[in-house]
This record gives sequence, C-alpha cells and structure tokens, in this order.
Amino acid sequence: MITCLGDMFFPEVGVAMVRLLRRLGVDVEFPPGQTCCGLPLSNSGYHADARAVAERTVRLFAGAEHVVVPSGSCAWMVKAEYPGLLADDPALHAEARALAARTYELSQFLVEVLKVSGVGSTFSGTLTYHDSCHLLRGLGESRSPRTLLRSLEHGELVELPGSDECCGFGGSFSVRLPEVSTAILDKKLVSVEATGADCLVACDAGCLMQMGGGLFRRGSRVRALHLAQVLAPEGLP
Amino acid sequence: MSETSPGAPFAARARGALKDAYLQEALGIATTKFIGLRRESFEDFPQGDALRDRARAIKEATLQQLDRHLERLADNIERLGGRVHWAATGEEARDIILRLCRDKGVRMAVKSKSMATEEIELNEALEHAGVKPVETDLGEYIIQLAHEKPSHIIAPAIHKTKGQVADLFSQELGGHFEADPEVLTKVARVELRQKFLEADMGITGANFAVAETGTVVLVTNEGNGRMVTSLPRIHVAVMGMEKVIPSMTDLMVFLAILARSATGQKLSSYTTLVRGPRQPGEMEGPEEFHLILMDNGRTRQIAGTLREALYCLRCGACLNVCPVYRQIGGHAYGHTYPGPIGILLTAMLKGAPSVKELAHASSLCGACKDVCPVRIDIPRMLVELRERLDTEKIAPWTERLLFGMARRIMMRPSWFRRGASVARLAQKPFVRHGRLRALPLFFGKWTATRDLPAVAEKTFSERWRELRRP
Repeated sequence: MITCLGDMFFPEVGVAMVRLLRRLGVDVEFPPGQTCCGLPLSNSGYHADARAVAERTVRLFAGAEHVVVPSGSCAWMVKAEYPGLLADDPALHAEARALAARTYELSQFLVEVLKVSGVGSTFSGTLTYHDSCHLLRGLGESRSPRTLLRSLEHGELVELPGSDECCGFGGSFSVRLPEVSTAILDKKLVSVEATGADCLVACDAGCLMQMGGGLFRRGSRVRALHLAQVLAPEGLP
Repeated sequence: MSETSPGAPFAARARGALKDAYLQEALGIATTKFIGLRRESFEDFPQGDALRDRARAIKEATLQQLDRHLERLADNIERLGGRVHWAATGEEARDIILRLCRDKGVRMAVKSKSMATEEIELNEALEHAGVKPVETDLGEYIIQLAHEKPSHIIAPAIHKTKGQVADLFSQELGGHFEADPEVLTKVARVELRQKFLEADMGITGANFAVAETGTVVLVTNEGNGRMVTSLPRIHVAVMGMEKVIPSMTDLMVFLAILARSATGQKLSSYTTLVRGPRQPGEMEGPEEFHLILMDNGRTRQIAGTLREALYCLRCGACLNVCPVYRQIGGHAYGHTYPGPIGILLTAMLKGAPSVKELAHASSLCGACKDVCPVRIDIPRMLVELRERLDTEKIAPWTERLLFGMARRIMMRPSWFRRGASVARLAQKPFVRHGRLRALPLFFGKWTATRDLPAVAEKTFSERWRELRRP
C-alpha cells in the first residue's frame, strides 16, 4: 500500500521500499486503483465517508498475503480503525479484521515478519529518529525502526530529545491552525538541529512533509528522509 | 478587538498566545518539568499500570449506579450533622452559596483551589453580593491579584514567570519584592494568615467523596486546604456529582495515581479527609458543613458520547503533554477547563456547538490518552465531537463540501490520477527545485512557514509500470 501522500509527493519512498523488499526476497505487488486510506476523512469526523473508503480498500487488498505500508498513520488506520468503521456489516467486518491482522508498517514488517535486524546497507553520517505519533502510540512501535537504523554500517544513530513529541502535522490540523502547527514544528526542529545529525528519519509521510518542509524553509543542512530511503538508497541494487 | 481578548475567535487568541514571550517562557519551563516528574514517578512504580486500570474500572462501575452512591454519600453526611444540597445547574449551585452567605451573615470567604467553583464563576457572584472571596492557594492568590482566570487545572498561574509575579506583588501589595519564589511565598503567607482568621466561610471543591463514610477528600500541597476547612465557622464544599467513589479502598487506588500524574509526587503534601462539621468533644472544625452536589450537564452524559470525560480526576497531566496546550496555554481556549480534556468538559457543560473551533485544536497525537491516569480516550472523543459537528451541520459548509469532494476522489482512482495531473499543471508557475515555497489562497496556510514538495513528475503509480517485473 503506497498511500496518497507517498504516491503524489514521495514516489521515491515507495520505490525504495520496493527495492528493499525485493532485495530481501519478497515478491512485491501493487494493486492498481489505490488512492487514500481515508484517515483524513475519519480524523475530521466524516465517518460515513471514511467507511466508504475503508470498504473499497478492504476489497482492493483482499488477495494479498501481507500488506506493507511505509507510513505509520495509514497502517494504524487500517489496523485500528477499519474494523470499527465496518462493524455494521459482519462479512466486511471479518474481512477488515483479517486485513488488519496482515497489515504492517514497513519497519514492523521487516523486523517481525522477515525477522531481519539489519539490511546490510551503509550510511555515512549521523542519523536521528522521530517517533511518529500513530506508529509510537497507535501501534506501540518504537524499537523496530531504531534496530534497523543501528544496523547501518558507518551510520550512527543519535537519540532525538523529545522524539516522542508530535511534529505538529496532524493532517488538516496543519492548515486549520497553521501558526500553532508551525510553533510545534519549530520546537521539534530546534531539537533536531541540536543533535548535530545529518539526517532526520521518520516512518510517516505526513511527519516527513511537515518536518522536511520546515527544514527546507530554515535552510537547514539536515535532510528529512524516510526509513526506506536510508535502508535502500538509490543506486544500489 | 485585541487578539487575546476573550471574545476573539480561537485561532486569533492562539496567535496572540504564540506571540506572548512571557507565556512561552513560563509554559515551556513548567510543562517540561511536570512531564519529567510524572515520568520519573511512574518509572519507580511498577504497579502503576494495574492501578490505572483499576481506577478506570471503579469510575466505570460507579457511574453505572451513580444515584445509589450519591444517596449513600448524602445519607452519611447528614448523619454526621452536615447538610447536602442538590444543584441541577451551576446557577443553582451559586444561588445555594449566596443564600447561605446571606442567611449566616458571611462577609468574607476564604477559598482553597477549586475548579468546580471556577466553573460556576463563584467569585464574581460573591463579590456582586458583597462577600469578599479570598483565594488561598498560592497560584490562585496570584491570579486573583492579577484579576485573571486559571490557565491550568492544577497550576492556575502557570502562564506567569516569577518576574511577573514579583512585579504583581510589588504593585498590588506595596513594596519591592525579589523574583524569588521563596520570598514571594512568604509574602503571600503573611497576607493570607489574617484572612484565614477573619473569614466566616471556607469554600473548597472536592477531589473525591467517599460514599460509605461520608468523607470529602481534598488533595493539596500548601496546607491552605486544612485552614480553609477548619478555621472558619462554615465550610462549603462544591463538587461535581461524578466525583463520588464507593469506598475508602477505592480512595487508596486513586490517591496512588493522582499526585503521581499531576506533579510526580507519591502523595500530595496534604490529603485532607473531612467528615461533616465539628463533632461534640472535638477541638477543631467548622460549626456547619455543607456539601453541594452539582450536576451542571454531567449526568446526561452517563449515557452520552462524552461519558468517559466523567472519569476525569482533574490531574492536568493531559495539558502538560499536549503539544497545542504547551504552545498556547490555557487562556487561549477561552473556557474554564483548558487543554484536551477541557475541550470535552466544555462540550459537556456548554454543548457541542461551543467547541466548534476547539474540537480541531488537537493534532490527535495521543499523548493525552497515554498519560491519563484513567486512560480516557481523548483523541477518539474529539473525533466523535467533530463527527457531531459535521453531521449536525455546525461545521462550515465550505469544509463539508471540501471533504465531500475528497471522498469522491478517494473513491475513484481515475479521478485521483487526474487530480495528480491537474496539480502538476497548476503548480508549474510555483515550482522551484521540486519544491513550492509560496502558494496562493488556501495553500498559503501551509507555504507561509513550510515548503511543500511539488507533486512528483511521475507518481508512484506511474513509476510502477517500469518497476513491475516483466
């Protein structure tokens, strides 16, 4: 599952994920007709609309053995919200639960399903990691991404103080209250720059859009990258 | 209208708060300190998680039979010689206190910190009736001197720096005081000591009330609660009906997690247990004890969508961790109860339309739910509130139209792809090095402070054609 922001704004993240999964021997398929998981609708309270999108997505991925998502919030939507949204239809509810059980955020898939603790890639420089809210508190995941980042040869992972604090994105929150969203972001970026890291890694397209956008605007030398881009950089097989 | 005035729209008040350098300094220091203290205190407390689950279960079960527990509480208090008053609304609660003041010739009332009395704007009503209310909690004393409202549930003056407090004391009390918390506390102590002795009435809230024993429980740190409940001849406690708990054993569960969540203390410095007025042969305590059981929108939520908000212990932990609260402080919310839980409590007390804007004052990061001692699912309830605002058409029609369009696009892949192509064309004049730095109209809300990646020359779906294995 590539997700809407990933498809339109960060295709290189999806490409890196495909490269990475193939390198690890996974047979990758991309069911055409994907759009968005519906999280923006459900977050703003448009539940009937989110339900329609959930139903569509459940059917679209009916044939997949595992569904891997390079974004914690979208994976959370499928795993935590779809079954509830489709609770009114027993057959769909059962399908949604089954889909939830076989859907994984990328780092979780690598560590839990493929049982890898490293992918044998190199990264020269220091990295720091931001815990995206839905991945951390929604899916309870903070270790897998760090395990993978620590495995990078020549790379050094430095902890980001307040890594568990929100970056201020919050979907439509970022444009409903742009000044507040930016104030939260600025605080995050000050911490990021204080680590001295060359690269800020996250596992969510929303956070990367927010933090990357803020870093560019400040003219910062820190690059915001998705975990997949760090684990499977371009130019490698 | 100034940005910070209470009548301004929420977004404007929030912007005003962001520009307030004192507020930013004070909030940043205090919330960071609270977060650290809470975290450390639960780290050393392995049974904390199980106790939190138990506390939640007690709240759930108590609400199932709230009437029975309240009646038992009332019977026990009356048996001890106290009076129990039932108030359906905040106005009724206020009137009961004003009547008591009139009947008993009360001219001055000392108060210990109470959000319930803030909720009913008691101080204003007392002043209007010629009764002088004196706040005796240091934080409350500060904001009363400043003619302000609390901006945090447990730390009412959290928005002030020590320098501001020193200036305030110097100006209001006459003299010149250093910005040293110890010095300032001593000043307040001296000022307040006489008031405790002069007051005719002591007014408190209640953190809990134990039904089986008729005990009203106050959790405080300054000892002022004890003076308020023992020195004046009348003690009035105002409490929301949801604060009743069945037994003393239950109380132990709550006490074990409340102070840890609020300030990181194992227990607060003082836990005051009040059982009715002074009994024959006792040396201290008031001649009269009154408990006001206030509904004010609470009981209708027992079976309502905001039910979980009735579990709230008012510890303030969700405020400290909320990224929005930490940036804008409590006043910007514009109601008695600020922060994430405050949005829900405001909806409970004043109706969902009153939080039309506030329901969106959250990035749904979930930090509040994580620290809540009774695990209130605040993000989910905020989303449910948003849903109500949408379905009842309280949300702006433009927004509803926009999300309706979004759904149509999400339901039709061909529209989604075409959307990407249209965006690619539309962004052409604005793209610099694959990024958008300044966009017009609605999009400017993003690009005013952040770059936006341009829609890719080739989306992933388009690239998949090459990526696909032959």
